[in-house]
Amino acid sequence: MSAIGEFWEQVWAILWKDIRYELRTRQTWLSMGMFALLVLVVFNFTFDLNVANQRAVAPGVLWIAFLFASLLGLGRTMLTEREQLPLDRLLLSPVDRKAIYLAKLLGNLLFIGIIELVAVPVFIVLFNLPLSLFGAFLPVLVLGTVGIATIGTLFAALTASVQARDMLLPILVFPLLVPVVIGAVRATGLLLVPALNEPPWLSLLIAFDVIFVSVATLVFPAVVEE
Amino acid sequence: MAVAKQATVQKNIDALAQNKVGRRTPIISLLFGAFSAIGIALTIWMAFEYAPLDAIQGEPQRIFYIHVPMAWIGMLAFGVLALAGIAYLFVRDERLDWLARASAEIGVVFLSLGIIGGSLWGKPIWGAWWVWDPKLTACLILWFMFIGYIMLRSYMGRTEESARVGAVVGIIGVIDVPIIYLSVLWWRGQHPQPISSMPLADALTFLVAVISFTLLYCFLMIQVYQLQRLQASAERLRTIVM
Repeated sequence: MSAIGEFWEQVWAILWKDIRYELRTRQTWLSMGMFALLVLVVFNFTFDLNVANQRAVAPGVLWIAFLFASLLGLGRTMLTEREQLPLDRLLLSPVDRKAIYLAKLLGNLLFIGIIELVAVPVFIVLFNLPLSLFGAFLPVLVLGTVGIATIGTLFAALTASVQARDMLLPILVFPLLVPVVIGAVRATGLLLVPALNEPPWLSLLIAFDVIFVSVATLVFPAVVEE
Repeated sequence: MAVAKQATVQKNIDALAQNKVGRRTPIISLLFGAFSAIGIALTIWMAFEYAPLDAIQGEPQRIFYIHVPMAWIGMLAFGVLALAGIAYLFVRDERLDWLARASAEIGVVFLSLGIIGGSLWGKPIWGAWWVWDPKLTACLILWFMFIGYIMLRSYMGRTEESARVGAVVGIIGVIDVPIIYLSVLWWRGQHPQPISSMPLADALTFLVAVISFTLLYCFLMIQVYQLQRLQASAERLRTIVM
């Protein structure tokens, strides 16, 4: 089989292992999901939400919920890696390190994605938004999540050996995710309240994702090498 | 850390032996120090006496000569950090790591003072301590990246893994900062800048200021680099002695 074919086989093998593990334990999904929903609800108490306000504030609330839930989840998965050492065992095998990163990224994407797919309908209901929003929202959702997951996965691996990793991960990741947050929130806002002459937010997100998936994949082997 | 394996101890002894301690008179350091001291003294005189009073902004405009070079050096320091990191990943020479750490420590101080200076300038001119315009926001995020880098390196200690991880953080950071600047620019829009040409006296003062602060940065870099070298040696000695 070609080298590329083998590479993607490795990615799939690691990804499938992680999925089966999550299916068995189910710990992280449930808590992340509940956390995301709770953030949405708590924000309701923090802002004075009459109808005019709601549309302005809603995108920010949604993306904050996703951001926090994702970082929480990423911290947890890396903790499992650390405690039960599957990463160490994986490193013993002759698998391409880049494949490990991509598998982790896809795994995290899947699992943040499932949380989001549950949270978005709740969001639409809580904030009284039109149901058609869901379809239009999908590209923004995917692009934003890829951005968060890319940086998050890399930095979760980076901080894995630090005791204070739970606190350090957000400190490192939030500044880097500013373009994703701005782009995703503005793009979502445009779906709710269309405006003219807005900059191309989706293109920004696409560019961010392409650049950082590439850079992170190339740089990940240096992070986990022994 | 109390009991180090024999192999590690031997490695550390070898590393220390190669580290020629007690260098000859550091000419370069003295030169940089002298020139930067003269330069900064000259800058202060020029900023307050030589440069004419600004017609629109008045006295607060003089902060510009200090604030802008400090902010630029802060950004330069991050660039040096990232470059040293990239080089480290290829060459794996710990001296590059010392360079990166030194640049981080100095850069964060320069950037902090630059941001504070900017606020002091902003209050009389704009009426606000802080505005979310692209330059300020990008500088603030850069500051957080510096702090994150220093915290991470501090928690991870002086290991090889720490150096690699630092290099990666630097690389990701340096690629991200222009993107952050662009996204905030699109979000906020730039406030319209009046196209003004600087009178010669102002431009000259500014040039002297930038050069002096850069010399100061180089001087401080040499000092902190040596400090990093000594700290690394001290840590190695601890493994041998204990």
